[in-house]
Amino acid sequence: MEKSGFSPVGLRVLVVDDDPTWLKILEKMLKKCSYEVTTCGLAREALRLLRERKDGYDIVISDVNMPDMDGFKLLEHVGLELDLPVIMMSVDGETSRVMKGVQHGACDYLLKPIRMKELKIIWQHVLRKKLQEVRDIEGCGYEGGADWITRYDEAHFLGGGEDVSFGKKRKDFDFEKKLLQDESDPSSSSSKKARVVWSFELHQKFVNAVNQIGCDHKAGPKKILDLMNVPWLTRENVASHLQKYRLYLSRLEKGKELKCYSGGVKNADSSPKDVEVNSGYQSPGRSSYVFSGGNSLIQKATEIDPKPLASASLSDLNTDVIMPPKTKKTRIGFDPPISSSAFDSLLPWNDVPEVLESKPVLYENSFLQQQPLPSQSSYVANSAPSLMEEEMKPPYETPAGGSSVNADEFLMPQDKIPTVTLQDLDPSAMKLQEFNTEAILRSLNWELPESHHSVSLDTDLDLTWLQGERFLANTGLQFQDYSSSPSLLSELPAHLNWYGNERLPDPDEYSFMVDQGLFIS
Amino acid sequence: MEKLCDYFFIYFCPNLMICKNLFIGIAISNKLYIFFFSLLLPSRRVERAMDTLIAQLQRRFCDFTISLYHQGFLDDQFTELKKLQDECSPDFVAEVVTLFFEDCEKLISNMARALDQTGNVDFKLVGSSVHQLKGSSSSVGAKRVKGLCVTLKECCDSQNYEGCVRCLQQVDIEYKTLKAKLQDLFNLEQQIVQAGGRIPQVDI
Repeated sequence: MEKSGFSPVGLRVLVVDDDPTWLKILEKMLKKCSYEVTTCGLAREALRLLRERKDGYDIVISDVNMPDMDGFKLLEHVGLELDLPVIMMSVDGETSRVMKGVQHGACDYLLKPIRMKELKIIWQHVLRKKLQEVRDIEGCGYEGGADWITRYDEAHFLGGGEDVSFGKKRKDFDFEKKLLQDESDPSSSSSKKARVVWSFELHQKFVNAVNQIGCDHKAGPKKILDLMNVPWLTRENVASHLQKYRLYLSRLEKGKELKCYSGGVKNADSSPKDVEVNSGYQSPGRSSYVFSGGNSLIQKATEIDPKPLASASLSDLNTDVIMPPKTKKTRIGFDPPISSSAFDSLLPWNDVPEVLESKPVLYENSFLQQQPLPSQSSYVANSAPSLMEEEMKPPYETPAGGSSVNADEFLMPQDKIPTVTLQDLDPSAMKLQEFNTEAILRSLNWELPESHHSVSLDTDLDLTWLQGERFLANTGLQFQDYSSSPSLLSELPAHLNWYGNERLPDPDEYSFMVDQGLFIS
Repeated sequence: MEKLCDYFFIYFCPNLMICKNLFIGIAISNKLYIFFFSLLLPSRRVERAMDTLIAQLQRRFCDFTISLYHQGFLDDQFTELKKLQDECSPDFVAEVVTLFFEDCEKLISNMARALDQTGNVDFKLVGSSVHQLKGSSSSVGAKRVKGLCVTLKECCDSQNYEGCVRCLQQVDIEYKTLKAKLQDLFNLEQQIVQAGGRIPQVDI
C-alpha cells in the first residue's frame, strides 16, 4: 500500500478467535467494511499464516482467551516478529485485562459484542503504524520525538483500554499531509517495511549509551543519539527504540517481581556440572564489560576477575551465576554459542539470583540445577534495565574483548535468537542471553557441539545461523568436560541458553521479545 | 407457482390453508393444471387474498419478534446480526444462530461432565467453558443465556457446587427455549417469503 494512496478499502485483516460464531460474525462485519478478511480458529495456525506471508496482512484482530495459546502471547509474537498492529477483543472488559493488553502492545482492546463502527476505524491503526515506520526511516523533522514518548507512556498508564496513540493523532494527520504532498520526494520511501534496522550492534551501542547516561529515565533520545555517534541515525529512530526498550524493561521488572522466588527449589541439582562447565569457560574481559555500566549489578560484577575463568574464582562466579538450564527444546538452536557465552553472561547476573531461580520452573532440563543459584541470592535482583544492559553489553563488547570473531558474525546468531525464542514461546530474556553467550563463546573459543542447532529456526534465519556455526567451528573451543560427557553436552546448551535468561519463561514476559524484535530487521 | 396455489386456496377454500403445502406439492407436479386454474381466478381477488395472507403473517412476525425482545430472550446484538444479513448471505442469521446452538450444546455437555466428577470437580474448566459460552451468547444476543452465564461464573469462582449445577440446568433449559423460539421465528419468515411478502423491519 502506498502511503500516498492509503485507503481503508481492501485492508487485509486476519481474525483469530476460537469461537466459530464470532469468527463468522466478524468475517461478515469486516467484509461489509470492504476489508479483505482471513479467519482462523487457532492461534498457532494464525502465526503460521502470518509467517508464511510476511507481508500478507495489514492488521490482526485476536481474541484474548484461546485454548492453544494465550491471546497476549500471540500479540507479542506478532508485534515482535512482524510488527503488525494487533487488536485484542474479549467479552471481559476488566481494567486489568485491558491494561495487560495495552502493555503487551495491543493497538486497541474491543469489548464483545463488537459493533460495526468499531471495526470501521481499525484502518487508522494500520495507517498510524505506517506513518511511524516512515518517520523512523526518514527521520523527518518531527520534532516531537521525546514528547511523543512521554505521551505514549502517559497514555499507557492513564489510558487503559483507550487508544494509546490518542496523543499522536494530531501529529499523525499533519504528518500524513506532509507525506501526501511529498510523493515525488525521493527520500520518502514508500516501501512498506523500510525502517531502521536495529541490529545487534546498534542496539548494543544504544544500550551502552543508555547505561552511560545512567538511569534510563534521564536518558533522552538526543543524549542517547549523541553518545551513540551513529551518523545516519535520527533522534526519532532513537526515540521510538527507547520507547520499546522502556516497555521491555518495565515488563522485565514486573516479571522479576513475580517470578522471583518461584523456581528456587528446582535449581538444585546440577551444580556440580555447572561448575565443570563453568570452569571450562573463560571470559577474558567479559566480566569487565559485563559489569560496566551504571548499576549496582554491574559494580558487583566488577568484583569478578576479568581474567579467563579457568580459576576457582570463576567457578565461584559460575556457581553463583549458574543459570538454570534452559529447556532443550527452546534453546536448541542457540546452544553452541550460547553455552559458551552463558558463562560470561552468568557473571553479570549475579544480582538476579531470584530471577534465575524462578527460571528453572519452566525448563525441563535443569541442567544447571542451581545449587549455585541460591548462593546468588546474595545479590539483589537488579532492575531489569541493568540486566538488559548487561546482556546487551557483553555481545557488544565482544569485538572489543579481542575475540577473533567479528561483530558481524556475532550478531548473526543474535538475529535469529528472537525468532527462535518466539517460536518456542520462551521469555524474551532468553534472547539477551543469546547475545551474551555468543560473546562469551567467541572469547572462549569453545567448540560447541553442532548438534544443538536449532531446528526451529526460520529459513531466513538459517543463514545467520550458519554463519554463527561457522564462527563456532572456527573458534575451536574445547571444553573438555563437556566433550567427555554427552549428556553434559546436551544439557549445556540448555544451561547456556538459560544463562541469559534471567527471567524464566513466563508467558507474560514477552517484553523482551519485543525488544528482540528490535534486532530483527 | 406456489403463489398461485396459495391464491387458489385462499380464494376457494380458506379453511384448507393448513394443508395447502401438501396440495401445493401435488399441484406443482401438475403445473398445467394449476396454470389453468389460475387463469380462472380474477386477478384482483387473488391479490387481495394474497395481501391478507401476507399481512397476517407479517403481523404475527412483528408481534413475535417484539415479544422475544421484551421477554429478554434477545437483545440488540440480534438486531445487529439482522442488519448484516443481505443478498450475499440471505441465511446469515440462521447460520450464525445454528453455530451458536451447536457451541452451546458442546460447552454445556463439557461443563456437565466436569461437574459430574463428584469430589474432584475441575472448577477451572467449568469457569473457562462458561467464559466461552458467555462470549458466544453475546455474539447472537442471547440475553438470558448470557445473564445465566454470569451467575454460573460466580458460582464457579466461589466453587459453589450446588449453585453451579442448578445454574447449568437453567442454562440448558434457557438455550433450548431460545432455540425453539428462534425456530418459530424463522418458520414465520419463511412463510412470509413464500407468500410473496417482504419481511418487515421490526423496531424494538
